[in-house]
Amino acid sequence: MEIYGVFQVIWWLLLGVLLVGLAVMVGMDMGVGTILRYVGRTDLERRVALNIIGPHWEGNQVWFVLGGGAVFAAFPLIYATAFSGFYVVMLLLLWSMILRPLGFEYRSKLPSAAWRSTWDWALFVSGLVPMVVFGAAFGNLFEGVPFHFSWNLTSTYTGSFLGLLNSFAILCGLLSASLSVFMGSVAVMNGGEGVIYERSRTLARVSSVLAMVLFAAGGFWVHSMQGYVLTNGPGAGVPQTPMQQVVTLTDGAWFANFHAHGLLWLLPALGFAGMLLGLLATGARRSHMAWWLGALAWIGVIGTAGVALFPFLLPSSSVPAQSLTVWNSSSSQLTLTWMVGFALVFVPLIVWYTSWAFYVMRGKVSAEHVAADEHSY
Amino acid sequence: MHDITVVDLSRWQFATTALYHFLFVPLTLGLSFMLAAMETVYVTTGKQIYRDMAQFWGKLFLINFALGVATGLTMEFEFGTNWSFYSSFVGDIFGAPLAIEGLMAFFLEATFVGLMVFGWDRMRRGQHLAVTYMVAFGSNLSALWILIANSFMQAPEGAHFNPVTMRMELSSFSQLIFSHDAQAKFVHTSIAGYVTGAIFVAGISAWYMLRNRHTELARRSFRMAVLFGVLSTAGVITLGDALGFVGGQAQPTKLAAMEGLWKSEPAPMPFNLVAFPSQKDQVNHADVQVPYALSLLVTHSMDGTVPGFDKLEQQAVERIRNGIPAVEALQTLSSKPGDADALAQFRAHEKDLGFGFLVQRYSEDVSKATDAEISKAARDTIPQVAPIFWSFRAMVAMGLAMLAFFVLGVIYSLRNRIERKRWFLKFSVLMIPVPFLASEAGWLVAELGRQPWTVYQLLPTWMSASTHSVGYMIFSLAGFVGLYTMFIIAEMYLMVRAIRKGPEPPHAGDSDWDSGPVLGNSVTGQAEG
Repeated sequence: MEIYGVFQVIWWLLLGVLLVGLAVMVGMDMGVGTILRYVGRTDLERRVALNIIGPHWEGNQVWFVLGGGAVFAAFPLIYATAFSGFYVVMLLLLWSMILRPLGFEYRSKLPSAAWRSTWDWALFVSGLVPMVVFGAAFGNLFEGVPFHFSWNLTSTYTGSFLGLLNSFAILCGLLSASLSVFMGSVAVMNGGEGVIYERSRTLARVSSVLAMVLFAAGGFWVHSMQGYVLTNGPGAGVPQTPMQQVVTLTDGAWFANFHAHGLLWLLPALGFAGMLLGLLATGARRSHMAWWLGALAWIGVIGTAGVALFPFLLPSSSVPAQSLTVWNSSSSQLTLTWMVGFALVFVPLIVWYTSWAFYVMRGKVSAEHVAADEHSY
Repeated sequence: MHDITVVDLSRWQFATTALYHFLFVPLTLGLSFMLAAMETVYVTTGKQIYRDMAQFWGKLFLINFALGVATGLTMEFEFGTNWSFYSSFVGDIFGAPLAIEGLMAFFLEATFVGLMVFGWDRMRRGQHLAVTYMVAFGSNLSALWILIANSFMQAPEGAHFNPVTMRMELSSFSQLIFSHDAQAKFVHTSIAGYVTGAIFVAGISAWYMLRNRHTELARRSFRMAVLFGVLSTAGVITLGDALGFVGGQAQPTKLAAMEGLWKSEPAPMPFNLVAFPSQKDQVNHADVQVPYALSLLVTHSMDGTVPGFDKLEQQAVERIRNGIPAVEALQTLSSKPGDADALAQFRAHEKDLGFGFLVQRYSEDVSKATDAEISKAARDTIPQVAPIFWSFRAMVAMGLAMLAFFVLGVIYSLRNRIERKRWFLKFSVLMIPVPFLASEAGWLVAELGRQPWTVYQLLPTWMSASTHSVGYMIFSLAGFVGLYTMFIIAEMYLMVRAIRKGPEPPHAGDSDWDSGPVLGNSVTGQAEG
């Protein structure tokens, strides 16, 4: 394979790393938002739950921003085609996400119960909606999205908004929301005590079971689905446009990579193992271990989806031959090389100082402290 | 084919969301360094008052920061959602600085802002100070990468068109990041943020002094702010001049619009101090001119000239004619990749490709473009002169006013007369909106002056937008306006409330503290022992 092809694959892997970072870190915070009204019945209980992720949500959210920037830099055609095609869904995602910073910063600034309750609903919406959209977007990748290109690669999306919210996409959305609730719940267990600990433990157990069921159901569903096969094209590491390939649809084709490379079955196995052991760990009140198991479950789920689709990134259901793949939608070799360099330096640095931030703020968040500290959310 | 209404609505949406985002950015840039400066004094001298200052201004910083972050999320994705063709056409270059911004800057800023707020009691003083500096460096680095990206749109460097992939691609990373426009723009814009931070602190401190509240904290904050401000304003003006110099060479149509230059004139050229430019008649009405000044200002010499729109429009006609064969060649290459004749034709006309795209707005098949369509496209290369002309003058006037304000402020403050100059304190409060307006005016000059291009002379705005329906665009624009209006109301309310409430009561045994009457407090007016 050309060196360019190697960089394309490296960036495909890095995209996976960023998605896992997004799912684990942002998903955890969103899970806390989703369960906030259930876990906390009184204002103080809710404030404790919020302050557990209080020092970190802002940094975590950058995984989302970085995800957007990295797709732009490494796969510009995906950034351009997917985000404009998913327009209304993207608006829902952005509008609900921009409620979050304000929910955190503004909620506890006024004593009014109505004010706080409004922001709690805002945090619920901005926790649940983006995670459902995130999963649903992945679901749509398996089914293909109706778009095509003109001669100069202007993309046109021909589907409707509701078409993106079909039943398989919603199943994927619920899977992503369940894992997010699991991570949010164990995060609250990590930093909380007493009644909020018990409530989130219940939620963690329910959501891990739900995630297992949905992940399995999704697998069976995909098996009966028509998958896309790249039968001819310039291939890896060759500069090209999406106008030069032949794509066919075959039943069960999304399992082809697994059949070809048996070791890949470890990815779905990792997903299930993470969820099952996560369930057992929450049962045993080992919430820190459950958090790491949840992160493994995310790696398994995202890895499974990515490997099943490979080399496709955004299949076109209306003109399958114009489907976007790792080979035809990536940046040039020079850009990919520079960006690999930046990622290799900065991603470890980010992981290092994020860990330090968690270390500094380690320990339980007590209700007394939240009530007394003027900086608390 | 693009619907021009959709393009216009997309422009409105981007302008609205970007200008709104930039209401919060300058204060973040400037206030973060002021917080770091205050905390540095606290750590080195151990005086509690400086910790109180850092914490109080830090609280206001966060209210502003939240909206800056929230509205920044929109920006990161809006290129893809609304400027789809732009994104795929230049994403190979433009995406890189955005991604690096996330990796290098935004992560730093956002991770440490949490520690800055929650970590006061969890770290040693020096550690917390380092954290505050990380927030300041992170936010300023963030501005650096975003402005590198923006500069690529203004004065594209380090890129070429690849006919195989049908898009612009990076040719030199160092040319991209060290472009002259990017350097001048970064310093000009980030220092404008420092000016904003300085006036914000000075204005609110003046408000406390007028009411005899928290006078110790206010006096010290005021002095720090005006010192920081006078240096910064001088820097903004110097770098603004440099940016005008660099940008004027790179973007002659923007410069001509800023100066209302319809006709080319021999050196030394006069400067239009006041004028009412008419787009239709291509003349200025009622103009007041300063002889020789324009040559001096924009070329830094007496015998320099810059072209007016008469020359520029004529050049555009020629470049459109030269660009048409480039577009035709690309159409051939799209269906027959590697066709040698088409490739040779493309190479011969490559430099005017963007101008060929310009006429495609009027004639989809460029080979059939008539003379009338070509002159219409050439006329399009003249941006809307009046708003650019006036935004530029408004920005400069506000910049000079702020310089005068800070000079007076420094004199009064260093002579310890500031609390007696009540007129000046009142004036300081009124100055608070000025730097925000000046920044917005600056962006209007930069981005309206870039029209009709998204990437100057490479990619026309009309081609860049996503192919949405008018209904979708009305829906999204209305949604943004509605949400953002609610946000600004909540933000202003909380900001004003936090300012009225003032700094938190001091820790026990703090002698620097002075208690004044607190608004809405039942003990107001009572004698206190």
